[in-house]
Amino acid sequence: MSEKIILLRGRKVVGGRAEGEALVTHDTISGWGGIDPMTGTVIETRHELRGQSFKDKILVFPGAKGSSGWSAMFHTARLAKTAPKAMLFTTMTTKVALGAVVVHAPAVTDFDQDPLAVIETGDWVKVDGDTGLVEVTKRG
Amino acid sequence: MQLTDQERAMLDGTEGAAKQKAMELLVRYGEALGAERLVDTNNIAGVPGSSNLFLRDYYKDVGNSYEAIYSLFDLDSDEVVSVPKVSAYSCHLQGGMDPALWAEQGMGRDAFEHFQKDEAEVAGHGIQLLKTCTPYLAGNVPVKGEHCAWMESSAVVFCNSVIGARTNTEGRESTSAAMLTGKIPDWGFHLDAYRRGTHHIEVEVSVDDVFNWGMLGYFIGDAVQENIPVVTGKIGHANLIRHKHFGAAAASSGGVEMYHVVGSTPEAATLEMAFGSRKPVDTIRYGKRERRKVYETLNSVGTNPNVDYVMLGCPHAAIEQIWEVANLLEGKKLHSSCNLWLFTSRSVKAVADANGYTKTILGAGGLVMTDTCSAIGRTMPQGTKVVALDSAKQTHYLPAMMGVEAWFGTTRDCINAALTGRWSGEAP
Repeated sequence: MSEKIILLRGRKVVGGRAEGEALVTHDTISGWGGIDPMTGTVIETRHELRGQSFKDKILVFPGAKGSSGWSAMFHTARLAKTAPKAMLFTTMTTKVALGAVVVHAPAVTDFDQDPLAVIETGDWVKVDGDTGLVEVTKRG
Repeated sequence: MQLTDQERAMLDGTEGAAKQKAMELLVRYGEALGAERLVDTNNIAGVPGSSNLFLRDYYKDVGNSYEAIYSLFDLDSDEVVSVPKVSAYSCHLQGGMDPALWAEQGMGRDAFEHFQKDEAEVAGHGIQLLKTCTPYLAGNVPVKGEHCAWMESSAVVFCNSVIGARTNTEGRESTSAAMLTGKIPDWGFHLDAYRRGTHHIEVEVSVDDVFNWGMLGYFIGDAVQENIPVVTGKIGHANLIRHKHFGAAAASSGGVEMYHVVGSTPEAATLEMAFGSRKPVDTIRYGKRERRKVYETLNSVGTNPNVDYVMLGCPHAAIEQIWEVANLLEGKKLHSSCNLWLFTSRSVKAVADANGYTKTILGAGGLVMTDTCSAIGRTMPQGTKVVALDSAKQTHYLPAMMGVEAWFGTTRDCINAALTGRWSGEAP
């Protein structure tokens, strides 16, 4: 069985390389009040990912919403070793930009195709933050 | 990014290590955004150097002093640097506990002593101790067009929309860096074109009190997410409190950082002015059905009618709201199984004290607290299971954070619950 590989090109937000399993949500994510940084779990009532952890995942999401504590919560997640391995998102805001900067993991935005349509939870994703190149291997 | 000579000098370290680390962070952040330059700011609101138990424990090996946490966490520096007094006008937003009623909030003496130590550092660094999510009610009122760097989503949306000053939703790290440098990325809401509306909201049911403004804000945030709504139709009786609740709600259910109410807010004298050259991407109506649905959504985490805690003051109460609560409670007593905490800023509480409102509320069995709120301080009366709230924002956060049931209604519904111990609010 041949593996299906898709390439996406985007813009560097934060440099560096990482690979891992994708966790995809079509809901924007709240930082403060929306995640538990000690476990990396989404806690927001009615969120698509409620109860799931982004620890060590390639987090694919539309962007940030809610409190200005976004960066401090994801920053805390990095210290607690629960942060995502990389972040791919579609809508740029100051919350998500600053959050990505302090998480230190590679982050990419402004893609040539919609990562939320192309990438599914469980796909294997390689991210090169410096070149903005993202390689997606579809799950079996 | 293009930097001025002055900015380049700071980045090169000629103004000291702390400003260098701050500038490095601002450049990384500006580049992440895709900003072309920085802009000068002399109005910054953040939570510099504050630390919880986790951070103090995490940094204990490097000496978990205020400076260490400011360096390593706020400035995201790889080494501890000496942090000078701030060089731009800066204020501290809300904090973790009431400076007098901390024991009632369940805080231990150790935590309180740390709070005092932190506060002395904040003051020592020249940062104003406003200790509120509503700096615009506590002495920091920017003017139209002023470039600010504020945290606190409810204050940001008020600053942009109601005042017409300019700020993005900044975070702890960017505000702490801005306090030292007087710089912030010139991106987003600092730029004219970015401030124009994206979505048209047509209000078809009468929205004329705090309760209805709050629900409309919650509906709009969910509908437009991080976009910029332009509101027309049957929205009226605008005042500071209604805007405060509307913006806070829209910034919680979505990421609204700016809105326009045509004929009311400063950059929306007309519909054309509100949208500028943009075409609305969508027109969304808010009628009876939508209002009913948002009420039901906000009340979907409450089934038990026995209310044991009423929390008011999200965002921090204005003196007009404290006056209203004192009037409703005058000569009455709270139900024996119910507590009432009302949160405000220190400066507004000083007026409430002088006017006797604090005493009236205390006489009924309630407490007026400052600095924090139940969500920020993660503090509720012991044993709380069911909360009554008049803030859509607090209703959005508190049940998820504290595992309680919540009811949302008018301030009067909340006071009735406090007096009877039962929720009797009704859908509009």
